[in-house]
Amino acid sequence: MADVKKEVLEIIAAKTSLDVAVLEPAALLADLNIASLDVVEIVFALEEKFDIQIPFNANKAKTEFATVGDVVRAVEALVTERSDSN
Amino acid sequence: MRRVVITGRGVVSALGIGVEGFWTALSGGRCGIGPIVNFPTDRLTVKIAGEVRDFDPTAHFDAKRIGLMDRISQFAVVASREAVAQSGLVFADGVGGRTATIIGTGVGGMTTVDDSYKKLYGENGQRVHPFTIPRFMANAPTSLITMEHGLTGPAYTIASACASATHAIGHAYQLVRGGVVDVAVTGGAEACITFGTMKGWEAMRVMSVDCCRPFSRNRNGMVLGEGAAVFVLESLESAHARGADILAEVIGVGMSADARDITAPDVNGAARAISAALADARLNPEDVQYINAHGTGTAANDATETQAIHQAFGFHARRLAVSSSKSMFGHALGAAGALELLATVEALRHGVAPPTIHFGEPDPVCDLDYVPDTARDLDIRVALSNSFAFGGLNGVLAVAKF
Repeated sequence: MADVKKEVLEIIAAKTSLDVAVLEPAALLADLNIASLDVVEIVFALEEKFDIQIPFNANKAKTEFATVGDVVRAVEALVTERSDSN
Repeated sequence: MRRVVITGRGVVSALGIGVEGFWTALSGGRCGIGPIVNFPTDRLTVKIAGEVRDFDPTAHFDAKRIGLMDRISQFAVVASREAVAQSGLVFADGVGGRTATIIGTGVGGMTTVDDSYKKLYGENGQRVHPFTIPRFMANAPTSLITMEHGLTGPAYTIASACASATHAIGHAYQLVRGGVVDVAVTGGAEACITFGTMKGWEAMRVMSVDCCRPFSRNRNGMVLGEGAAVFVLESLESAHARGADILAEVIGVGMSADARDITAPDVNGAARAISAALADARLNPEDVQYINAHGTGTAANDATETQAIHQAFGFHARRLAVSSSKSMFGHALGAAGALELLATVEALRHGVAPPTIHFGEPDPVCDLDYVPDTARDLDIRVALSNSFAFGGLNGVLAVAKF
């Protein structure tokens, strides 16, 4: 799972031109100037990378995907779910 | 400048084919959104839409013509027949040459595009239907309407995504008002509820999987719709001269571009279009009683549109009735502005503000009177219809009781 977290952070960093170092789990996406359209692109990149489906709705972005940690946890859970079902 | 009146209107929508059924459903708060039935949805996350149900092309066209017509053009021509028949106009003796045909569409014949790609890429097919190109070209609905009625004046399609029909009707209004033509057959059409289009909208992450709840706190996105609405606009002089039944008057149009973001709506751009429509119609804010909102049911649109109405109307904003018909027939994209102008015109004529259905609970950032759940009797003398498109292109039409 450490690898998943590392890869998620790298994808977020690549899409936002932010340094991985600022992507603390508690950091709010809004504070990092990551807009909902950026999150849509990040979610797409994560889905393609990990072959998962993230049930993300931009209309609820503020409550469901508020922090960097929210994104990491969501991907980790889905990757686990996928490997369990294999 | 000449006054411009509406002397005919027709519709194909998720709330029925024909104006009478459309208005009965709309004023009755009936929902036309449901599970997609026209193609398999097992690979979709969003499985609902405002589809036109029970549309049988063979009931409207002979087999030879159907081969030339994508679903979008079938909708457009059927709606135009109702509008032209109601107007009583006969396009002979030069009248056809003094008639413009201006139709809005977001994407053109998408069913044809989708079917063709499926055949080529999905099934490794060698060929597509010989009329693939004339079916999917964006001007096909416009061209087929000109051919149907013999309209030989200026004719073209206007494309501005969700504002296409509003821009088309606004532009047709200006052509009649300015004396370029005496009559315009105008409106919008869209029929892009296909597997490929749904996948594209799913990827935007702005779609609701269960319901369209505009302006409600628990709203969770938009729902795709389809259909067509067509109007006959005519100079007042021409309508009077032939003793036509006048349904309403078009009194102004406002247009603007946000010039900011390709998807995010902008308060200032929307407010400028509303204010431009009021100025064009020489209205004060307090002259308006009803707004048929763009009201898509997304978090962003509904809050932004509410702020824009506040900005344009000031203290009068809270006295307006504002409702979203998309709660009933979904977001018909390039046809939306035409379907919603029809809702607005019928609201004027019947003295009834149609509701915003599925209204759950108020949202602090949407603090206007959205006519929740049930239609309301209202003496509407002047009304607006708002359209705000992806790409930041805005259009607002103003209509008055005649």
